[in-house]
Amino acid sequence: MSASRRVWEVLQRVPDPEIPVLTIVDLGIVRHADLDADGAVRVGLSPTYSGCPATAVIRTSVLQALHQAGFDRVEVQDVLAPAWTSDWITEDGRRKLREYGIAPPAHSVTSVRQIWQPTPEIACPRCDSHDTTRVSEFGSTPCKAHYRCNSCLEPFDYFKCH
Amino acid sequence: MSTARFTYVLRLADASLILGQRLSELVGHSPALEEDLGLANIGLDLLGQARFLLTYAGEIEGKGRGEDALAFLREHRDFLNPTLVEQPNGDFAQTLVRQFLFDAWQLELYERLSQSADSRLAEVAAKGVKETRYHLRYSAGWMVRLGDGTQESHDRVQLALDQLWQYTHELFDADAIERQLIADGIAADPAAIRQGWDAQVNAVLAEATLQRPADRPYLWQGKRGQHGEHLGRLLAEMQYLQRTYPGATW
Repeated sequence: MSASRRVWEVLQRVPDPEIPVLTIVDLGIVRHADLDADGAVRVGLSPTYSGCPATAVIRTSVLQALHQAGFDRVEVQDVLAPAWTSDWITEDGRRKLREYGIAPPAHSVTSVRQIWQPTPEIACPRCDSHDTTRVSEFGSTPCKAHYRCNSCLEPFDYFKCH
Repeated sequence: MSTARFTYVLRLADASLILGQRLSELVGHSPALEEDLGLANIGLDLLGQARFLLTYAGEIEGKGRGEDALAFLREHRDFLNPTLVEQPNGDFAQTLVRQFLFDAWQLELYERLSQSADSRLAEVAAKGVKETRYHLRYSAGWMVRLGDGTQESHDRVQLALDQLWQYTHELFDADAIERQLIADGIAADPAAIRQGWDAQVNAVLAEATLQRPADRPYLWQGKRGQHGEHLGRLLAEMQYLQRTYPGATW
């Protein structure tokens, strides 16, 4: 396996600390992972939200994982532009979210004015019913909203479009 | 260093920092769990924006001050936030009205700043604007629920609006520093922000059955470093640890 392929393999195993079923690659926050000729690795990460407390943990996990894999010189960079969007969550990531009990994001909000449009129907990740109600705009983390299923009556998190 | 740019970035940073700190005071004290989470998450987004902006301000200044030094070791008069954000949380109506007036302003501001000739500012704004949309949807939603709710909730929101309206004037005031940066394509023009803000605010107030208060000519001076009595107490709490144990780290 080529060394740069190996870097991605390592990153593919770094979990998101808030949603541990997702890796940071599933989440679409790894912008680049470059390997210099002299063996130095530069990883670019996009924060999901400006104040996401997981960002610092992810940075440490990336350094640790790459060091353990034998990459001694690793640099992690913040990449703000283009801003992360929930559209970058991979298909695999969306499936894992659903299996974990979190409804994946519907589609990204492309226009500011779109916030006034009705929220798309969110399917319950447990019973697939479309009869759901938003309880609160904000859930347990900034990236999630809190929903309730009117069919199975279970509460669930919805990963917001961003 | 560019003094004007340093001042401008610090104003933006302090607006987010001080409101973020205010909202953090409510953690564990909001009227309902959902609102506790909502307000805490909004505060978190604001602190995140403040961190990017303070770091950038420190780099522009070039004297080795990082985000922590700027947040925890500046004096009262060196904070450049608009006076609106330092107002106390009051009751839930006051918290919400302050948030709504701010969110509507920040959305228009960040939309424009994401086109700034200053690429760092543009990046932070483009990131932040996505968060602000949700903040505004939350605060505007509450304006309507409370304004068009019971007599009691309506009266409280109207009272909060009447009290806080005087601080909105400052949001749209451009001094010489900003006028220069606007000409350079770096700062957002408050006149343009005002147009969008007016439209947004008027629409929400109408739906909420609330009266838009009359504008007052008095100009508060928070972004020029002259604050009311409230900021000092906020800083005393926010800066306590670094003042008591200088250089303390986790």
